[in-house]
Amino acid sequence: MESLLANLGLGFGVALTPLNLLYCFGGVLLGTLIGVLPGIGPVATIAMLLPVTFTLPPVSALIMLAGIYYGAQYGGSTTAILVNIPGESSSVVTALDGYKMARQGRAGPALGIAALGSFFAGCVSTVIIALFAPPLAEVALKFGPTEYFSLMVLGLIAAVVLAHGSLIKAIAMVLLGLLLGLVGTDVNSGVARYSFGVSELSDGIGFVTVAMGMFGIAEIVANLDHREARDIFVAKVSNLMPSWKEIKFCMPAILRGTMLGSALGILPGGGALLASFAAYTLEKKAARPPRNFGEGDIRGVAAPESANNAGAQTSFIPLLTLGIPSNPVMALMIGAMMIQGIAPGPQVMTERPQLFWGMIASMWVGNLMLVILNLPLIGIWIKLLTIPYRILYPAILLFCCVGVYSVNNTSFDIYLMCVFAVLGYIGVKLECEPAPLILGFILGPLMEENLRRAMLLSRGDASVFFTKPISAVLLGVGLILLLIVLAPTVRKKREEAFVEV
Amino acid sequence: MKIKAPRDFWAGLMFISFGVGFMVVARNYAMGNAVRMGPAYFPMVLGGLLALLGLAIFVQSFIVKGDKVPRIVFRPMLLIVLAIVLFGVLLKPLGLIVATGLLIVIGALGGHEFKTKEVAILFVILAIFAVLVFVKGLGLPIPVCPAVLDDWCRGVHIGN
Repeated sequence: MESLLANLGLGFGVALTPLNLLYCFGGVLLGTLIGVLPGIGPVATIAMLLPVTFTLPPVSALIMLAGIYYGAQYGGSTTAILVNIPGESSSVVTALDGYKMARQGRAGPALGIAALGSFFAGCVSTVIIALFAPPLAEVALKFGPTEYFSLMVLGLIAAVVLAHGSLIKAIAMVLLGLLLGLVGTDVNSGVARYSFGVSELSDGIGFVTVAMGMFGIAEIVANLDHREARDIFVAKVSNLMPSWKEIKFCMPAILRGTMLGSALGILPGGGALLASFAAYTLEKKAARPPRNFGEGDIRGVAAPESANNAGAQTSFIPLLTLGIPSNPVMALMIGAMMIQGIAPGPQVMTERPQLFWGMIASMWVGNLMLVILNLPLIGIWIKLLTIPYRILYPAILLFCCVGVYSVNNTSFDIYLMCVFAVLGYIGVKLECEPAPLILGFILGPLMEENLRRAMLLSRGDASVFFTKPISAVLLGVGLILLLIVLAPTVRKKREEAFVEV
Repeated sequence: MKIKAPRDFWAGLMFISFGVGFMVVARNYAMGNAVRMGPAYFPMVLGGLLALLGLAIFVQSFIVKGDKVPRIVFRPMLLIVLAIVLFGVLLKPLGLIVATGLLIVIGALGGHEFKTKEVAILFVILAIFAVLVFVKGLGLPIPVCPAVLDDWCRGVHIGN
C-alpha cells in the first residue's frame, strides 16, 4: 500500500508538470473533438498524430495519445445523445436511451450523467490499473519465449472471439496481418522478405501506413458510399447537472457499468466497444425497478458510458504489463513506444517508472479535465456537429497524406497507404474487419522471434508449448475460448449481444 | 453448385490467394528446420493456415446461406486514390501548396456535393494551416512551393 502511494506520488509528480499537463489537455481536447465528430475515430487520429509525437519526450507523447482514446469516449456520448448517431462506435448503445431523453427535453441530464459516470469510472479504473498492473508485470517478467508465444496466441484468439462479426474471417484477418508484419528484413538471416527488390519495403511496412490506410482512408471511402443524412436535434441544452434524485437513481448502474467495463477492458480484445454493449445488456437485466429501457431511461446512458470509459482505461493494463495490445488503439500505442525506443513489456514498469506511473496519473488528471471542460463546452461541440462531412474529409485526407509522408519522408508510403485503403474498403464490403489485421500486424515479428527462440531452446520439440505449465494454461484457455464460441448456443448469444441492442 | 453466400465466396477467394501468394514467394527463401527456422518457415506455416481458412470460408459459401456483397461504389474510391497518388507524386516537384490544392479538389469531387466556393475556401484554410503547422511548426522537410519558384519562395520566407 505504501509503495502504491509512493508510486502514485511519483506519477503525479510527472503528470503535473506544466508540459505534461499541456499535452494531456491537448490529448483529451482532441479526443473529445474526434469523439464528437462521426466518421473519424481514435485509431485514425492516433495514427495521424504518431509522426508528430516523434519529437516529444516519451512520457508526454504517451500521455497525449492516451488522452485521445479516453477523451473520445466522452465526446462520443455527446453525439449519440444529441444526434442519434454514435460519434464513436462505443457510443452506439448510448444513443438508444440518450437520444430519446434528448427528444423528451432531457438532453441536459443525459449529457451530465454521461460525463459524471465517465468520470467516476475513470477514477476507479485508474486505481484498478495502479493496483493490478504491478503484480501482473511481476508474473510476466518470469515469462520466457515459450510463454510469450502462447500468450500472444491467447491474446489474438481472445481478440477475435470478443470482437463482433464472423469468427473465421477474423482469424483469417489476423493471419494476414501476421504475414504482412513479416514483410521486410528478417532479423536473423538478413534476408529481405517480400520486398520484391523495393528498398522501401525491405525496411518493412510502417504500421502508421497500415492504420491510416485501413482506418483513415478506407473509412472515408466507405462513408462516401451513401449520402450523409444527419438530423441534428438542436434543442436548447439547459440544466446540465442531473438532480440528486437522478444521480442516486443511477448510482447502481454506474457502479455495475464501471465494474463490468473494467473487467472487460483488461481482457484481450476488450476495450471500450465491448464494455458498453455488455453493460447495456446487463443493465437491462439487472436494473431495479426494471423500467422502459429504450424509452429514455437515464440508466441506459449511465451504465454504458461508465463502462466504455472504464474499459478504455483498463485496456492499458495488458499493454503496460505484458506488452500485448488488446485492440487497435493499443497496437498503435505499442508502435508509439517502439518509435520512442521503448520495448513494450513488463520491464517498462521497473526500468521506466516515471513513464509508467506518470501515464497512469495522467489518466486521472485527464478525466478531471474532461469533466470540467466538457460540460461548459457543450455549446461548442454542438456547433461542431453542424460541420458537414464533405468539409471534414478533405482535411482528414490531407492529414493522413502529410502524416504518412513525414514518417520516412518518402512518397512511397503514400502509395502504400492507398493499397491498404483499397484492401480496407474491400474488407468492409466482404465483412472482414480491419482490427484483427492490425493486431496481427503488430505482433507478427514478435511472435516469429519468440517462436524461434522457444524452438531453439527446446531443440525443435514443439510439444514444449504444452508441457511448460504456464504456456499450457495459456493455450488451454485460448482453446476453450474458441470452443465456447463455436458452441451453437453461445454463438447465437454472441451474435445477439452485438445485434439486439 | 450455386453460391449461397457471395460475400463469403469472395472473402474465401481473397484469403486463398493471399495465403498461396505468401507461400509461393516464401519458396525463394531458406526454409531451415524446426530448431533453426529459416526466413521462409514462419510465413510458410502462416500462409498455409491462411489458405486453409480461406478454403473453408470458400466451401462454406456454397453450403450456408449468407449475405450478398453490398454495392461497391467506384467513383469515390477511384477519385480518392487518384487524389492521394497525385499528392505523393507532386509533393516534391511542385510543393505542398499545389499538391494540397489538387488533393482537396479531386478528393472533394469524390463526394456527393461539390460546391466550388466552399472547396476554394477549404483549400485556402488548409493550405495556410499545412504550411504553418507542418512546415513552420513541426519543421517537416517538405517543399512549400514548386521547385522552379524555390528561390523566389525562399526570398519571401527570409523576408528580404
